[in-house]
Amino acid sequence: MSEKVKLIGCFGSTAVHRAEVALRLKSVPLELVVEDLTNKSDLLLTHNPIYKTVPVLLHGHRPAVCESLIIVEYVDEAFDGPPILPSDPLDRADARFWARFLDDKCWKAMWVALWTEPGETQAAWAREAKENMTLLERQLPEGKNFFGGDAIGFLDIAVGGIAHLLGVFEEIAGVRLLAEEDHPALCRWAREYLSDETVRQCVPDRDSVLVALAARKELYVSTAKAMTAEK
Amino acid sequence: MASEKSSSDLTLLDFWVSPFGQRVRIALAEKNLPYEYVEEDLLAGKSERLLQSNPVHKKIPVLLHGGKPVNESLIIVQYLDEAFPDTPSLLPSDPYARAQARFWADYVDKKVYDCGTRLWKLKGEPQAQARAEMLEILKTLETELGDKEFFGGEHGFGFVDAAFAPFTPWFMSYEKYGEFKVAEVAPKIAAWAERVGKRESVAKSLYSPDKVYDHIGVLKKKYGIE
Repeated sequence: MSEKVKLIGCFGSTAVHRAEVALRLKSVPLELVVEDLTNKSDLLLTHNPIYKTVPVLLHGHRPAVCESLIIVEYVDEAFDGPPILPSDPLDRADARFWARFLDDKCWKAMWVALWTEPGETQAAWAREAKENMTLLERQLPEGKNFFGGDAIGFLDIAVGGIAHLLGVFEEIAGVRLLAEEDHPALCRWAREYLSDETVRQCVPDRDSVLVALAARKELYVSTAKAMTAEK
Repeated sequence: MASEKSSSDLTLLDFWVSPFGQRVRIALAEKNLPYEYVEEDLLAGKSERLLQSNPVHKKIPVLLHGGKPVNESLIIVQYLDEAFPDTPSLLPSDPYARAQARFWADYVDKKVYDCGTRLWKLKGEPQAQARAEMLEILKTLETELGDKEFFGGEHGFGFVDAAFAPFTPWFMSYEKYGEFKVAEVAPKIAAWAERVGKRESVAKSLYSPDKVYDHIGVLKKKYGIE
């Protein structure tokens, strides 16, 4: 495909990371547009009027593709290259299920546990986060490096944020959620994921990520509060 | 409801009025796939089989194919497309059209049920907010539908239609609790609702608006809401 590909994203986003990894796995040349989410561009607002957030994929003249997991599936189907989703329908359903679980349950619990003040509520969310991580960890196939088996697949990409950003969030928040003694397999997976040569292209240096994200701490605290209000 | 022991080895664990379960019933009917329908009486408690088949969320619908569970209604519908490729598909074949279908089905998923629930559960300011959100949702979907016969456009009745159709019997309840008319707020959606309601797969999977309204009454009693 020789049509231009533009990815609207922002620095240090787990969702944007997914879209970028998928595109680079397929060797798609892309232009990365970095948004300042405190001052959203017309480009972003025009192309994602519903959710007004990143990532947004612009492929040639087509209107935007939005929502990170939908972008990943689109990239898998629209471009040649190593397959991202498994081929067996049941495996595909499983991968989609655990990606949804990750977003709806896992990240929510982790996020609230990270940014809520210490106390009973925070402790309960931290427990839930760790239980969810255990469930997720069990999806790693026996003797394989990745959720996708021998190579990175859909679920690896979906979980990617845990590998390279969770540690940064933990450091900023002063909260430890993912520990070797509790989740050795997930920790080992994270190391394997980060050593993959495609993933390495999508992971900026940790120090600059730390500085940028630390500046957003107040925003994180308020989004966590909003999430608990929802429940 | 289909309940013949299936030659395609499919069993659906479901709850009669669940719009999520109905999506799967619609998909199975569109594909002409026989299956065993198992009613889970959720108001009485959850069966062992359900708890084992969906240990993470303990929710219906659950599709069992050769005994293996598939969970989450939209994931099940995609699974049916992929596991039975010789049947009429709900997702179109073009990758971009598929991405759009997934986006809008996901939008329905994220918005309609939760907002609708707040509309009948809450009072005062929170209910007014739910009402405003519901109008916004309907108008957004109206814009997306436009002048198409179905959300699936050129593909015909598709993924988004199957995702949203089960909510059409809930419109009457939303109208009563929210004091608005879908036909006024979103006339194209109202017309679409009537069209899909006549489609065989949909007609045989859904219950009447009155039954849905009564069910909400039962739920309100259960939760001790006036």
